[in-house]
Amino acid sequence: MAFNYDRHIRHGKLPHIWCPGCTYGIVFKSLLRAVETMQIPKDHLALVSGIGCASRLPGYVDWNTLHTAHGRAIPFATGLKMARPDKRVLVVSGDGDATAIGGNHFIHACRRNIDITVIVMNNFIYGMTGGQHSPTTPVGHLATTMPFGNIDPTFNIPSLAQGAGATWVGRGTAYHVPVLDRLIIGAIEHKGLSVLEIINGCPTTHGRRNKFRTPTDMLLWMKESALPLSAFEKLPPDKVAGKFPTGVLYKREAPEFSETYFAMVERLQKQQEGGGG
Amino acid sequence: MGTLKLLQGNEACAEGALYAGCTFFAGYPITPSTEVAEYLARRLPRIGGVILQMEDEIASVGAIIGASLAGKKSMTATSGPGFSLKQENIGFGMLCEVPCVIVDVMRGGPSTGVPTGPSQSDIMQCKWGTHGDHPVICLTPAYVQEIFSETVRAFNLAERYRTPVILAFDEIVGHMREKIEIPEKGVLEVENRRRPTCPPSEYKPFDETQGDVPPIADFFSGYRQHITGLNHASDGFPVNASPRIHTDELRLIRKVEGNRKDIIRYDTVLLDDAEVAVFAYGVSGRSGKNAVEMARAEGIKAGLFRPLTIWPFPVEEVAALASRVKAIIVPELSLGQIVLEVERCAKGRCDVQGIFRVDGDPITPAQILEKIKEVG
Repeated sequence: MAFNYDRHIRHGKLPHIWCPGCTYGIVFKSLLRAVETMQIPKDHLALVSGIGCASRLPGYVDWNTLHTAHGRAIPFATGLKMARPDKRVLVVSGDGDATAIGGNHFIHACRRNIDITVIVMNNFIYGMTGGQHSPTTPVGHLATTMPFGNIDPTFNIPSLAQGAGATWVGRGTAYHVPVLDRLIIGAIEHKGLSVLEIINGCPTTHGRRNKFRTPTDMLLWMKESALPLSAFEKLPPDKVAGKFPTGVLYKREAPEFSETYFAMVERLQKQQEGGGG
Repeated sequence: MGTLKLLQGNEACAEGALYAGCTFFAGYPITPSTEVAEYLARRLPRIGGVILQMEDEIASVGAIIGASLAGKKSMTATSGPGFSLKQENIGFGMLCEVPCVIVDVMRGGPSTGVPTGPSQSDIMQCKWGTHGDHPVICLTPAYVQEIFSETVRAFNLAERYRTPVILAFDEIVGHMREKIEIPEKGVLEVENRRRPTCPPSEYKPFDETQGDVPPIADFFSGYRQHITGLNHASDGFPVNASPRIHTDELRLIRKVEGNRKDIIRYDTVLLDDAEVAVFAYGVSGRSGKNAVEMARAEGIKAGLFRPLTIWPFPVEEVAALASRVKAIIVPELSLGQIVLEVERCAKGRCDVQGIFRVDGDPITPAQILEKIKEVG
């Protein structure tokens, strides 16, 4: 039976703003399937975003949704989570939103290990503003603000997240959809800060200027370049170029921030009751 | 009888927040406001509240808005450059009508300026700091006791009008220690936001048919909603190129400007028969009071108008004052900001003269007295 998205979609708010050929719709549907599979009640979910094409996603979803300022989704999400630690808080962001203007919030949320799921929809470009280079635009690619080819070195988002202290780091693509569903579930299930980078394609402002003649070419590039981590690790060094690992790339257990905070609260309150102080 | 304490202004601000029911604070260390966070760091966890030292000033405002949307009374405190950094998200709070309190303990600027010195030079930034047209409520206490009570009032106004409220005081009163009385619970009114009573399916977060201040639902309460920093329709979803934008922005301004009588508060000293008025707030208001008393001792009819609400500006009150005095003297720790508002309201009906100082010291009563004699 085909999956029924109706329960999670805000009817009357579609069609979405994404261009034909954009892969964000694939992620959108995958996220809804993941949440439905997990049976999380809609009233227990908040979806927070910043600014950019990816950040429009919450507007279409019938949960508690918050579309904030550019780069600032994570601080707002932190406020929501610490106010209601019993609820699930998810962030959807883009590459520029999460790692350029929101970079400071991103690394500190990773360090803090607060139980928020951060989904970074990386399309390698500033799409909404028309194709300026982002911290993930490959070197040499054309962008409207790099008309002679990008010379600005890039971030590797999973490495950035792991280095900053995130306790669950994964990468999926908009092409490998069944895997993506499982990765989103894994990211949400993890207690702590999880970062899931999802490789996407922006045919309008990135692909067509960079030798991807059609949107399909971008999906085929994902198909050819992505390798499960285990396969990627077996590649001889001379075959690594142009490939990237996918799946759960890193995972560890560490105290989650809101739990640690409220354990402190409980301890202090017990001391007070006991006449300590 | 409440509890008597010897507190500095910043600590009294923290006590006022607790009295008002604040259970969420997020901030970033900055002189001269840090004691607000330090005080709350010792107190909030004991009552089950949350205190977060965020990665920066921007995040601090984001976090308190998030917490407020989940139903918590929330506050941040900052100074100088920190206040500049907060402006973007303050604007979000204003457009999305999220109750919260922003404390600015004013220090010298621009830039890093004089971190440990007093100033009143953020007062126009309190009004115009964030981009776009927006409603602003800004309170300016001058005494430690008043910082306590005005902090309570700031929370009440934030809840009543569903908007961020700015509490601006200078470094001197922020760090000055005075005896204050913290009243028993229930003595000062504590107000809570109007929440919806309609079925969730009918709820619209910005429903103007519910009045200029529509009810606000908590996230996770069953009233699923969309909040966006884009201009939005009554259902919360973005609109552009619509007459709705105009009417909604007018409503935002009207909910504050249309309730001036409720929001504006001021103190006067010997003003009824005054021929020369001193218009001053914060620490300059304290000097103004001394100067007026000194002038009276010499037989000069001077009086003080000390605003506790600086935004919305007491336009009618200052206009009326200008009609019956020879001159209004405006001492302020800036190179002339609020004097422009006084001039605007006086409309040439009396002489308006500023006394400006930005060298890190307060304006003294003697300085003001000299000016009173000059214009009197």
